[in-house]
Amino acid sequence: MEWMYMHMPIAGVDVFWPGLLLIGYSVGVIGGFFGMGGAWMVTPGLNILGFPMAFAIGTDIAHVAGKSMISTMRHSKFGNVDYKLGFIMIIGTVFGIELGARLVMALERIGQVGPVVRWTYVVFLALISLMVFYDYSKAVRSKKKSDVPSHTGATGGVNWAPTLHKIRIPPMVHFKVAGLYCSMWLPVLVSFLTGVLAGFLGIGGGLLRMPSLVYFVGVPTHVAVGTDLFEVMFSGLYGAFTYSLKGRIEIVAVFVMLCGAAIGAQIGTVATKYTKGYGIRLLFGCAVVACMISIILKQYGFTASATVIILGAITAICIYIMNIMFRGAAQELREKRANSLANVA
Amino acid sequence: MTGRLKIVAVVGALGALLPSLASAAEEATDLVVVADTRVLKGFSLYLANLYNENVWMFAIWAVVLTALLGGFLGLTMDAIMSRVGLNLSEGGGHVEH
Repeated sequence: MEWMYMHMPIAGVDVFWPGLLLIGYSVGVIGGFFGMGGAWMVTPGLNILGFPMAFAIGTDIAHVAGKSMISTMRHSKFGNVDYKLGFIMIIGTVFGIELGARLVMALERIGQVGPVVRWTYVVFLALISLMVFYDYSKAVRSKKKSDVPSHTGATGGVNWAPTLHKIRIPPMVHFKVAGLYCSMWLPVLVSFLTGVLAGFLGIGGGLLRMPSLVYFVGVPTHVAVGTDLFEVMFSGLYGAFTYSLKGRIEIVAVFVMLCGAAIGAQIGTVATKYTKGYGIRLLFGCAVVACMISIILKQYGFTASATVIILGAITAICIYIMNIMFRGAAQELREKRANSLANVA
Repeated sequence: MTGRLKIVAVVGALGALLPSLASAAEEATDLVVVADTRVLKGFSLYLANLYNENVWMFAIWAVVLTALLGGFLGLTMDAIMSRVGLNLSEGGGHVEH
């Protein structure tokens, strides 16, 4: 079974490479399907597979960069990226990522990086799962009331942007695509704080940056999504650079995961065409909870159970999504063929 | 009163501990890791040697190769999917972060 293990030269560990491929593939499928990058499961997954925590973070952030390239390209075609806002935010993102990475290195020096990052992840994932389950219950309640699914979107919450726009610290900047006029420091602060979290946890940070842009900066949702993707790309690339300089990255593992993610992302994205309803969000919530449980198990030394739970959960969800995709795609192709035959006749 | 004393004691202990923790952190330096190239071949060996010899060049390569591979794989998969007959632009409309 030696061939199933790949030597990671910098980390000095042998890693089960099908596990790497599976994590990359699952992140692609789950990210493509649910519209979230899924990097939150990569750092804990890599750590459980045997990567030391700092290497897991560095490798994850580089993988995020590779994965976001194509999404950004796709989105920029639709004109949803405010480049002026994006470039200004790079200042905050770069400083934030650097601070996050330095925190990781400082914790590594005192031998505490594993537990601190693991518990931060537990809190972070608990918040995500709460958000998902709350969203689900709200959707179910509103469906029961009106029998029509609610699609209030991001504009339904408390909006802090008008209040924050009253802060007029120069330079004041006009963002044309986003239709905003505000202090430059507002988006810089948002990108700095999300950058710290991204650099510390090895994630893209979109999960926080996108709603922050909407609620705190006042960017329209579609521009926030596009600009956030642009930012994820830069934060990933800078993260890859700084973690490479710090010697906490395994670039071959990044390539293996990217290959899996490229295939998985297509399957996940196509599957969204063939599914409707909120029930699927429960599945996502369960994936987050499974990831959280495996991190806690790893923290207490139950590595084998943690591996089984995280790989088992993501495999089960992938099989479920693939089933949706293949059935739907087969049906669509059958219909297309029938239509073209009818046109010929 | 006893409760307040306990709080003062805990804060005092933390205060005494912090400088020693800070100085320990100052004394320590980053753990420099050298890539083990003994069992590597081909491209992995090239990257590991590059890391050992010129870490700046390694970092630049890591960024460039990751960006290129990400872009290449994404475009290739898009082309494959459209050739199969599945148009991704008709998808659910949400975007990955």
